[in-house]
Amino acid sequence: MTSTSPILQVENLSVRYPGSAVPAVRNLSFTVGRERLGIVGESGSGKSTVGRAILRLLHGAALTADRLQFEDVDLLAATERQMLSVRGRRITMILQDPKFSLNPIQRVGAQVAEAFRTHFACSKAEARAKSIAMLEAVQIRDADRVYDLYPHEVSGGMGQRVMIAMMLLTNPDLVIADEPTSALDVTVRLNVLTILDDLVRDKGIGLLIISHDLNLVRNFCDRVLIMYAGQVVEELAARDLDRATHPYTRGLIAAQPRIGGSRQPLAVLDRQDAWETDRGAQP
Amino acid sequence: MRRAVFGQATGIIVTLLGLLILTFVIGRIMPVDPVRAIVGEDAPREVYDRVFRQLGLDRPVWEQFLLYLRDVLRFDFGTSIRTGQPVLEDIKRVLPATIELATFAIIIGASLGIAMGVTAAVNKDRWPDHVIRIVSLMGHSMPIFWTGMIGLLIFYAALGWVGGSGRMSQFYIGMVPETTGFLLIDSAIAGEWDVFKSALRHLILPASLLGYSSAAYITRMTRSFMLDQLGQEYVTTARVKGLSSRQTVWRHAFANIRVQLVTIVALAYGSLLEGAVLIETVFAWPGFGQYLTSNLLIGDMNAVMTCVLVVGVIFIGLNILSDLLYRVFDPRTR
Repeated sequence: MTSTSPILQVENLSVRYPGSAVPAVRNLSFTVGRERLGIVGESGSGKSTVGRAILRLLHGAALTADRLQFEDVDLLAATERQMLSVRGRRITMILQDPKFSLNPIQRVGAQVAEAFRTHFACSKAEARAKSIAMLEAVQIRDADRVYDLYPHEVSGGMGQRVMIAMMLLTNPDLVIADEPTSALDVTVRLNVLTILDDLVRDKGIGLLIISHDLNLVRNFCDRVLIMYAGQVVEELAARDLDRATHPYTRGLIAAQPRIGGSRQPLAVLDRQDAWETDRGAQP
Repeated sequence: MRRAVFGQATGIIVTLLGLLILTFVIGRIMPVDPVRAIVGEDAPREVYDRVFRQLGLDRPVWEQFLLYLRDVLRFDFGTSIRTGQPVLEDIKRVLPATIELATFAIIIGASLGIAMGVTAAVNKDRWPDHVIRIVSLMGHSMPIFWTGMIGLLIFYAALGWVGGSGRMSQFYIGMVPETTGFLLIDSAIAGEWDVFKSALRHLILPASLLGYSSAAYITRMTRSFMLDQLGQEYVTTARVKGLSSRQTVWRHAFANIRVQLVTIVALAYGSLLEGAVLIETVFAWPGFGQYLTSNLLIGDMNAVMTCVLVVGVIFIGLNILSDLLYRVFDPRTR
């Protein structure tokens, strides 16, 4: 799968939170086509901010860019009203932990159906049928019963599949997955990711996976951006990850434990100011 | 489920028993001689002794408590020395007046407080938040007897928009039969719409002032509950789904603070029922607060003990009610 016409084009995106001296994201540029793009970075590198910036959900933060184009919509100039028809309909986002990202007092099915009913006029019964079909598509057996459960009654893996169902139900063009499996047990991670991957490939949806997990992006992405301190330090095809040239990326790879590897302490990153290329250059 | 109900029932019985012990002890330790209160200062020795025995004061304390318990279970609370009537009759008269006032006040206070609290939270640190903070701080800091008098001066004396003191105009007193004791209901039953209007005009000012002062507290709590919820991930989920900010606030965040709101509104309501003494005094409202205070001041023990019991029962009742509402509003407690 290669990128054809881009779905999302980002040029020189910067985000600065109020009261913060340094921007969380600095001069970030990338495009997403009908492909799977991974953004990798450590905590605080600004990777989650990118997802929320695209959806314009950063209240109070200063957002600037030369270009933030999603298909025919200029996300920078779009009014809140236009954004309401983009969010949830054409761009959606899968959040990290279903324990917190699902409303604790609403039945999970109703929450899935709400995603559909917000954008399509239909009867309650129709929305229910659609939602149950989608729950089945994310491989929830007994979807009819699960529909009426509350979030505290479902497991983490099932909760995340509910989340995926909710975010794919409207057939969006771009799905942002913000650490989609970090909160899950290792045993269900692969399962959940495979479900997401299958659906995204089937429907030709652009997928932006935000993660700190190098192996995850290696296996589930076509291209990878490595972020450090709010900037992209390297961009490369996922299969070439081992041939990364930037010292930060090399450091990250070296810091991973390997089964059967040596028992010596893992390598520690030797951070250098030079990695933050334009911190000094920016006015 | 059955176990939960059983547990709650036991809890209520234990609380009630504790409450009865408390009122009994209050009756014993108050520096008021119940015999003197009945027979007067100058009664001869033998009269004093006879009444002393009649009241059972010569028996052991635990027996006295059982006697008290028996009387309470028979709804016999004795006679009020001040009014000369059975305490139960007095309570039946004054409590509806207060409930009517407090209910109107809490409806005004809760709707105002919740609306202001949510608005403040949604507009945190912007001008609506600041305005609301000042408005609620004023409600919190102005003494209610003072706002009562100023309110009467402006809205009754100067503008004539509302009625003055009392529950209705002097002219109408005694015109409707007391069926429930709630004047609005009684006058509606009797079809006396003039009395109804007069009662409403008299109710609206004290109820609004009480409501305003409890809104101050409800506003602050609502704001902080709401801020807590607005920072949760599920709020982001709702926004990602394409819900507007208003839909997200009311359908998702607000739905999650209902349980907490029930608790504080119930508490505020309870304190209005027990403690509207000041406003009742300013507005000459023949209510429960006034009754309790005046009996307390002259040491009318039967009446005071019963009032304490009533307040306790009111709070137990409100607690049961909020527990029930918890179950309705939060699936995790079912």
